Amino acid sequence: MDERLLNIIADSFWKILLPGLTVTIPLTAVSFLLALIIAIVTAMVQFANVRVLRQIARFYVWVIRGTPVLVQLFVVFYGLPRAGIMINPFPAAVLVFSINEGAYASETVRAALESIPKGQMEAGYCCGLSYLQIMRRIVLPQAMRTAFPPLSNSLIGLLKETSLAANITVTEMFMVTQRIVARTYEPLVLYIEVGFIYLVFCTILTKLQRICERKLDTYEKVQDYAADRRIGGLWKRKERSGGQR
Amino acid sequence: MLEVRDIKKSFGTQQVLKGVGLTVEKGDVVAILGPSGSGKTTLLRCINFLEKADEGTMIFDGETFPLDRMTKKDIARLRRKTAFVFQNYNLFRNKTALQNVTEGLIVARRMSRDKANEIGRQALDKVGLSDRYDYYPSQLSGGQQQRVAIARALATDPEIIYFDEPTSALDPELTGEVLTVMRKLAAEGRTMLVVTHEIRFARDVSTKVVFMEDGRVLEAGSSDVFFANPKEERTRSFLRTLEQERAQS
Ligand SMILES: Nc1ncnc2c1ncn2[C@@H]1O[C@H](COP(=O)(O)OP(=O)(O)O)[C@@H](O)[C@H]1O
Ligand SMILES: [Mg+2]
Repeated sequence: MDERLLNIIADSFWKILLPGLTVTIPLTAVSFLLALIIAIVTAMVQFANVRVLRQIARFYVWVIRGTPVLVQLFVVFYGLPRAGIMINPFPAAVLVFSINEGAYASETVRAALESIPKGQMEAGYCCGLSYLQIMRRIVLPQAMRTAFPPLSNSLIGLLKETSLAANITVTEMFMVTQRIVARTYEPLVLYIEVGFIYLVFCTILTKLQRICERKLDTYEKVQDYAADRRIGGLWKRKERSGGQR
Repeated sequence: MLEVRDIKKSFGTQQVLKGVGLTVEKGDVVAILGPSGSGKTTLLRCINFLEKADEGTMIFDGETFPLDRMTKKDIARLRRKTAFVFQNYNLFRNKTALQNVTEGLIVARRMSRDKANEIGRQALDKVGLSDRYDYYPSQLSGGQQQRVAIARALATDPEIIYFDEPTSALDPELTGEVLTVMRKLAAEGRTMLVVTHEIRFARDVSTKVVFMEDGRVLEAGSSDVFFANPKEERTRSFLRTLEQERAQS
């Protein structure tokens, strides 16, 4: 490899990483947070069978899951101005990604809610809790524990998907890489380089997921008793720490 | 203190309860016996409004309620005076033993956390789980889980506790610890309505027996009379079967 190429790689690394930290990650984080809120509301409305809202929720999921996110980005950023609605690139991207991800995540949360045994709800009623109290304190926490691995998966998917925002002039990592390629004519190394940075981000997220799952396992164990006995050593450790809380 | 009359309940075209009634006085331990599928669970679930009866009347502490037209408010009010112990425990899986017991006190009855924890610990002590306050249900054996469920029922000091086959999901060697707790409650004068297959428990502990078959009460009466001298041939053969099962196990 000649010196010029090495210089380009080293030079561009920080130029690409910086928008990764200041645009890609905030875009992912904010969109995902909003998506979670949308997902929980959408899933709850269907789970509780609220009449009209349930149909609206189904319609929303149907439309969003049935159209490409790239088309959705174009509709919002290039289309809506025709209707007099101008949205800046970054908020437009947040809007589309949160609505898009919300639809998918709502299906994950809904499935998780439905997987909680009916007895949990009935026991709640017998203890005098109201429907909303049971949902908030018993059913939803358990469902979110179940939904945690697939939702982590979605988060990783979203991180990579934000590269599509380059199409609506958001200067995130991929957009910046394209600009450097246009200047240096080195597409091979530069696109591999940005891919590598995505890979590092995703690896960190995967590691975080593992750590969180282990934490959740300690505090909200939902495996069966037999499984506990199978991993006897681990169980003993938890047994000891159990008394301190 | 509790009387239900003429409860009817159908699932689809199958009529599961064909007009069932029973009476529980304060301090009574009423055992409901009967073959599987006779509607015992459905009866308890109707009495605690987990199912909506098609017909029937309830008289609770002198107040009369139509079981097919209960208001949400009445249901909430009556549930504060009762407690339910499920066949499969139904402990809140995301809560520790102590949190399971205090949940109804803190959330539904707005008790302070300290007070609730004190009552919760007392209830768990009573069922012999003073060393398991902070265990999650998944870390407890079936017998321990059911005892937590009983503690959860006791914590709210209900006027009556309903039990639906509290030991039938347990391994035989674990039923004893649960029955021991229930005997203790009976001795303290707790009012209980217990669906059970534990014939010895029914004979030793219950004051009254209700024998159900095919959605009807076939025979009911004081426990002494019932076991010494069952009137119906069907009751006698059922008791014989249970005795044989016991002898074999
Ligand atoms: N939710 C339900 N839907 C349809 N059928 C039911 C339901 N619950 C109970 N049954 C039927 O009602 C009958 C009585 O059931 P159950 O009350 O559980 O009897 P038991 O507790 O005496 O064994 C059974 O035939 C059962 O299949
Ligand atoms: Mg039953």
